[in-house]
Amino acid sequence: MTETTKKTGVSRRTLLKSTAGLAGLAAGSGAITGFPYVKSADAKVLRYLGTAVNEGDDISKQCLKDTGIKIEYITATTDDVTKRVMTQPNSFDVLDTEYFSLKKLVPSGNILALDAKKIKEFDNITPVFTKGETPGGKKIGNQGTAPWKVLYLEGKDSKTFSKTATEFVTLIPTVYNADTLGIRPDIIKRPINSWAELLNPEFKGKASILNIPSIGIMDAAMVVEATGKYKYADKGNMTKEEIDLTMKVMTEAKKAGQFRAFWKDFNESVNLMASGETVIQSMWSPAVTKVRSMGIACTFQPLKEGYRSWASGFCVSKGVSGQKLEWAYEFVNWFLSGYAGAYLNRQGYYSAVLSTAKAHMEPYEWAYWMEGKPAEKDIKAPDGSLLEKAGAVRDGGSYEDRMGGVACWNAVMDENDYMVRKWNEFIAA
Amino acid sequence: MDMSEEVLQQASPGLIPGSGTARAAKPTRLSPSFISWLQAGPMMLVFLAFFLIPLVFVIIVSFWDYNEYQLLPAFSGRGYTDTFEGCIAQLPDLCTIAKTYLKTLKLCFLVWVITLFIGFWVAYFLAFHVKSKTWQMGLSLLCTIPFWTSNVIRMIAWIPLLGRNGLVNSGLVKTGLINHPLEWLLFSEFSVVLALVHLFTFFMVVPIFNSMVRIDKSLIEAAYDAGATGFQTLVNVIIPLAKPGIVIGSIFVITIVMGDFITIGVMGGQQIAAAGKIIETRVNALQFPAAAANAVILLVITFLIITMMSRIVDIKKEL
Repeated sequence: MTETTKKTGVSRRTLLKSTAGLAGLAAGSGAITGFPYVKSADAKVLRYLGTAVNEGDDISKQCLKDTGIKIEYITATTDDVTKRVMTQPNSFDVLDTEYFSLKKLVPSGNILALDAKKIKEFDNITPVFTKGETPGGKKIGNQGTAPWKVLYLEGKDSKTFSKTATEFVTLIPTVYNADTLGIRPDIIKRPINSWAELLNPEFKGKASILNIPSIGIMDAAMVVEATGKYKYADKGNMTKEEIDLTMKVMTEAKKAGQFRAFWKDFNESVNLMASGETVIQSMWSPAVTKVRSMGIACTFQPLKEGYRSWASGFCVSKGVSGQKLEWAYEFVNWFLSGYAGAYLNRQGYYSAVLSTAKAHMEPYEWAYWMEGKPAEKDIKAPDGSLLEKAGAVRDGGSYEDRMGGVACWNAVMDENDYMVRKWNEFIAA
Repeated sequence: MDMSEEVLQQASPGLIPGSGTARAAKPTRLSPSFISWLQAGPMMLVFLAFFLIPLVFVIIVSFWDYNEYQLLPAFSGRGYTDTFEGCIAQLPDLCTIAKTYLKTLKLCFLVWVITLFIGFWVAYFLAFHVKSKTWQMGLSLLCTIPFWTSNVIRMIAWIPLLGRNGLVNSGLVKTGLINHPLEWLLFSEFSVVLALVHLFTFFMVVPIFNSMVRIDKSLIEAAYDAGATGFQTLVNVIIPLAKPGIVIGSIFVITIVMGDFITIGVMGGQQIAAAGKIIETRVNALQFPAAAANAVILLVITFLIITMMSRIVDIKKEL
């Protein structure tokens, strides 16, 4: 529910400096006829709506330096981003959102697909998005709203996803990751290798899941399948009976006191884990890193059933056209050109164009984050703080192993309405 | 809403004599009633624009249909029928909405009783035992301390205190009173009530204090002179005269707790149902008509409670 508007790190002075030139140009060309201020304020500005994942002051500063485009972040939670696209499509220019929300966004007609031909690096985008396999050729699980199912539209203004590649791309991929359970190895003191452990009575009162219904139920389904109770045709698109079954298992666990708390926001998950209130819970990679940077042992545990993955990318508001659309393309092209990708990789996410990101990273960084090799030197976060000491190995190993192990993708089900009602029932039980 | 209208009605007669003197200095044709409408006007407009009209929209939308991505402006009772799903079929088991409201009402009642008890005595102390106005002011401001932090900070702050390895638990374990940490201290109904009381006692203190300072001290002296004990004075003089404050404070606390889902969510570990939480989940899933229907239900129930309370005390008369 919280929504903050981030300001980019550009001071008024630098903005004035950069716009002064433009203003002078405009004055010289005779564009100014009595209203000089209006023209000079028309700088290259893009309003960027998204979750905090891709938004960094460093990225916007570098973007301004390289392209002259000033990014104004509008930061919201995943749910609020979708809500805003639906209700205020003119309040943003560039949208950074997850693929699973496309099932809602595309039919609304509030977003515009981008033209693949205008994206310089489009052909270099990782095959994870385009073919559903890793660069090494491993097939990736396609349950849920896998990006390749919703990557293309049939036509420019079409509301139908195309099964084959077209030039109309719903979201230009930017960032993605493979999520799993986070654990406290110092408290659990034994190997954990299955999602089923989340409901193991051994961890009664010390487990937690994500309280975002569409994602929480996927984690729940991973658990149900791991315990051998049921095998879903598609965890990301359950039938009513499957939803009932999944929620029944979870409700029994809740009533038995299995869960300490459910979490909804990054900091909540960090606090639960760091304080020892929970020892096993669904988690996000940077949250695990955060707990670890507090000096507390925490592992982003690879599990034999695989990961639940998510991915996000860029599109524009339907209100964007002309010059502004050109800036949007310029920005997206810049974003894929390496700086931002390296920045995201260093946080433990993955960038869409691997080759450009690699060029912006040190070889030892690439080896640690992407190849699963022991760190040659200390690994530092983009802000320079120490993440891992030399010798550490990334949880889950290499890009191939982690992305190749993805079992399902965040999704919006056809029975979403029913599922939300059942989720409320689960909370009330 | 009721209350503010009362305030308006109260405010206008008091202001008319002022306008009367203005008329004496400079004669105009404006009638006194027109002037009071004019004075109440801005507030009424604000109410109309930001409360009544949006409320009407909420009620209209609650009867619409919807799909995954848009509202369908056709009459549908789906928001309501979905909400009461299983209420008859599941009998004797309670349906989701009944369970949710029972839980919310229970929390609401507990918080109301405790804040009323604490709030009454804090106000009593401030009104009758603190003589200096400055001290009264200073001590009331102290009551606002719980509002100085955000919800997130508060959540972080409760864990080291009430958590499994928190101060309270480790203290109790060290003194040997308990062998294992008490799990129910945090993420439980206990912690929800504790946090809500901690936050909202202030809303009880202020109106009750306000009523108490207006009590004519000679009435209390008269009671003593007539031979009343301290307890008799309290029951027969102070409580009846502080009633408007008690009712206003109760309305504040009850309406806030009925609609709260953030504190209940954070302190209850998101495992305790709340009427507001259902609305939030629906809104987040873009099911606006269903959310609106739940909002209307919440409004009706809260309104019923408040009507019951104002039956007990006629605020209009007492103010």
